[in-house]
Amino acid sequence: MKVKSPLEVYKFLPQTNCGECGFDTCMSFAAHIIDRGVKPTDCPPLVKESEKDPKLKKKLEELIKLTSPEIAEVIIGVGDSAIKIGGEDVLHRHELTFFNPTAFFYDVWDTMDERELDERCGKVVEWKKFYVGDYLTLDGIAVRCTSNDPEKFKEVAKKVAGYGKPMILVALNPECMRAALEEVASYRPLIYAATEANWKEFLELALEFNVPVTLRAKDLNLLKSMAVTFKNAGVNDIVLDPVTEPLGEGLRSTYERVIQLRRTAILAEDKDIAYPIMVTPLVAWTIDADDVTKAYWETVIGSLFVVKYGDVMIFHSLEPYTLMPTVTLRYNIYTDPRTPVQVEAGLREINNPSPDDPVFITTNFALTYYTVESDLTSANIKCWLLVLNTEGLGVEVSVAGGQFTAAKVKDLIEETGIADKVNHKYLVIPGLAARLQGAIEDETGWNVLVGPMDSGRIKGWLEQNWPPKK
Amino acid sequence: MTDKLTLEEFFNLLKKYNVEELEGVRIEGDLEIEIEPGAGIDANTINALVALSQYVNLIQEFGNFLYHTNMALSYLQRLSTALGIPTPFAAPQPVAPITPEVPTVEVPRFEIPEKLVEARFEPYKSEYTGVIQEVTLGATRADGGTREVTVTIGGEKSLPFYFFDADMPHLPVIAIDIFDRRPMLAKAVREHYEDVLDDPAEWAKKAVKDFNADLVTLHLISTDPMLEDTPAREAVKVLEDILQAVKVPIIVGGSGNKEKDPEVLEKAAEVAEGERIMLASATLDMDWERIGNAAKKYGHVILSWTQMDINNQKTLNRYLLKRVGIAPESLVMDPTTAALGYGLDYAYTNMERIRISGLRGDSDLAFPMSSGTTNAWGAREAWMTESPIEGDSPWGPRELRGPIWEIVTGLTLALAGVDLFMMMHPGAVAVLKEIMYTLGGKVEGEAVDPSAWITMEG
Ligand code: B12
Ligand code: SF4
Repeated sequence: MKVKSPLEVYKFLPQTNCGECGFDTCMSFAAHIIDRGVKPTDCPPLVKESEKDPKLKKKLEELIKLTSPEIAEVIIGVGDSAIKIGGEDVLHRHELTFFNPTAFFYDVWDTMDERELDERCGKVVEWKKFYVGDYLTLDGIAVRCTSNDPEKFKEVAKKVAGYGKPMILVALNPECMRAALEEVASYRPLIYAATEANWKEFLELALEFNVPVTLRAKDLNLLKSMAVTFKNAGVNDIVLDPVTEPLGEGLRSTYERVIQLRRTAILAEDKDIAYPIMVTPLVAWTIDADDVTKAYWETVIGSLFVVKYGDVMIFHSLEPYTLMPTVTLRYNIYTDPRTPVQVEAGLREINNPSPDDPVFITTNFALTYYTVESDLTSANIKCWLLVLNTEGLGVEVSVAGGQFTAAKVKDLIEETGIADKVNHKYLVIPGLAARLQGAIEDETGWNVLVGPMDSGRIKGWLEQNWPPKK
Repeated sequence: MTDKLTLEEFFNLLKKYNVEELEGVRIEGDLEIEIEPGAGIDANTINALVALSQYVNLIQEFGNFLYHTNMALSYLQRLSTALGIPTPFAAPQPVAPITPEVPTVEVPRFEIPEKLVEARFEPYKSEYTGVIQEVTLGATRADGGTREVTVTIGGEKSLPFYFFDADMPHLPVIAIDIFDRRPMLAKAVREHYEDVLDDPAEWAKKAVKDFNADLVTLHLISTDPMLEDTPAREAVKVLEDILQAVKVPIIVGGSGNKEKDPEVLEKAAEVAEGERIMLASATLDMDWERIGNAAKKYGHVILSWTQMDINNQKTLNRYLLKRVGIAPESLVMDPTTAALGYGLDYAYTNMERIRISGLRGDSDLAFPMSSGTTNAWGAREAWMTESPIEGDSPWGPRELRGPIWEIVTGLTLALAGVDLFMMMHPGAVAVLKEIMYTLGGKVEGEAVDPSAWITMEG
């Protein structure tokens, strides 16, 4: 995005504060354009006026240009599951934030037996892992053409489309690709890939079926030449694959190509290559090694490019030990560093507690709170959970930094009226806050029990310690 | 962590650009500026803001002030909302005459060009003015020690593994943690050390010979008053054993006890005189002066450890360099490592900002970085047998989850600029080395057809 301040955007707006956009003022709307919550076309008067006046139309176009992300945004798939890739503005997350998390696709192939195919697709659709308040999931399925048979590829692509996830169609043979597109183009799959050998046919396919297309070349001059050619011919939805090599010098130069593409797009403002980047960690499965080594190496390649500019990836392994680290890393790298991650303080009732059930206390750091809350909920523990405002800090940090204090615990107990809801006076504090035990007892007059270090162990702890032995 | 210093600097900066005090504005935490309801915001303030906005770009030049620029921007945004009035920044637009719509003609079928449009890719080149300090750990006989090898880290002129910008004279190295008493260890880690847990010298040998450690980190945790409370004088005997047992450079840590560590590290410095060990660590909340003096007196390197705060890191480094008089070639920083899923985003960004500041010429931050990557084992995903969450898909065998948690934590931070990793799982050590050597151009690797995956069956 070329503009950095709402004032620069404000100049382009009608400045009537009519409120049609849903914000009170044009200035506020402008501020949301800067943080990318809205687009210029979300201001109805601006759009209406520009339809009438070519001069205003030009102005709107200029604003769109000034406020569009540095890296083009491409959408794969349709409906609710459609996924956006690219759209990045900066090289380092602390400079603003990264916007569209790397899209993770998992492969199937058209010579797979049917049962196996169903099993793999089912896994991609169903896999989930809880993390700070929500489930992390996988994005889509890449269908590889290993039969080189158009009919076969078409049939499998159709079947996979039935799973409702975004798709990448992988075939270098344009005949096969055409066959599949005739069946599933309406699902807006990403096609993979146009190369030096087949680019004419792929250009035609991309135009005819209006689907996003991957361009693949190790030589960046060639890659850029293809991108310019496709763009000139009217293709806007382009993804660049600078070719992922799995080992040694090849992997080292892959790192260089990916970084150079992104950095040149942003810092040298080379619009001809300012597109999302594809990385294929599954190349690790072509090296000579046992399965665990291959899966580990695939995770290493994937992680490398989650940190460094990969926008869409194809993986092979669906083992939990490869999925968990990669999806977690992606979440961490794409977390917006501008917004504090905290939840509201107060009292939560977990699993309809009764007055006999225990009272726990934790902090309002989102990671801490959701970890504790979900541990309690899913272990079917009936309890009262006090959430202390530690200004979004975890247990140990806030105890060390003085945001978790006995006086604040006392206030929270009073504000929530917890004493009237239970028929005991036992408060369980986190193991990592053990040093506050005495102080809280003195301050509140409650009996304080020190719970385990990790909330995942509360169930076992309760079996030993609840109800408390008087 | 409110940091008064930077905020002050920030406001000085505003003053420099003639922006007067912003009345009715309250600053909270590191990032937030709040407007008190009903604060009298007058035309002066608005003018000041307009002035400010013109300098936004200028301010952004100061890489380090980026957060504060964001702060200023978000302040502007809130101000406008709070005001709820048309702001006098631009003159109203004249109403344009209505012109009839020009119908666009639908372009028929596309044309496929005969040849590709030839384009050249001109890669962007970054050059930094700063260089990261080189630090050598360990001393050979020629230099008054007894090490057979030394390890040098630092010397970067570019971001990690950006060989296309500048050479990286030293690849990152890995130290393996050992302890002077049995520590709590995840099962997947413990099983590799079961036979040596009660014998630190054998433990060190195993780390070097079997697991390829470049250095060994000895943690004297038994000195903890809550544990055995081993007296410093006695505890450092283990260090003497280790210096005998292995010939790689040594790092020594205390128990983390703020009162006792300075004494323990001082004693360690004394018995290891001439060996150029690294003392881990000096922190702001303990007697850093005493630890620093010990490092200086006996010719060691000091680890300057702060808790994820770039300004604290600057402060402690400055104290050690200026007040204690530590030589720049004897300072390494630990900006704190949080595990994947447990604050890695903070750790990564903090380290990346520190490294970029160093490369841009901030001489208080241009030092090699160390990471306590073993922290990764604190993540429940690394050690728990199964997910405590009912809705989760199965977590699979933890033996395979733990090492990769350590690898991915380390790799991410390698990309932020870490030069020295402290780790534990031998498999994780091996894989992290392999990828760093690969990016460092030290692994040729067999030729693999990079298209083979497209049609591979299985
Ligand atoms: C990330 C981090 C930070 C981030 C905090 C981000 C945030 N929003 O919290 C930042 C950079 C801001 C930070 C700052 C500081 N930090 Co810090 N930080 C960490 C780090 C790396 C991870 C902490 C974390 O997030 N853990 C994950 C969360 C989910 O864990 P949790 O809140 O404890 O919750 C778990 C348990 O407590 C338990 N639990 C929670 N609630 C409940 C309730 C009940 C009833 C039960 C039974 C259990 C339970 O289950 C949860 C899940 O496992 C740790 C080191 C480490 N690797 O652990 C140091 C650490 C916590 N920090 C430390 C320190 C000293 C600080 C500072 C004081 C440093 C300084 N001098 O400036 C400041 C304090 C700032 C302040 N308070 O004003 C020390 C604390 C030492 C101590 N024990 O006293 C640590 C341990 C590092 C160290 N080894 O020195 N830090
Ligand atoms: S709809 Fe347009 S003119 Fe109306 S308040 Fe929003 S930005 Fe201003």
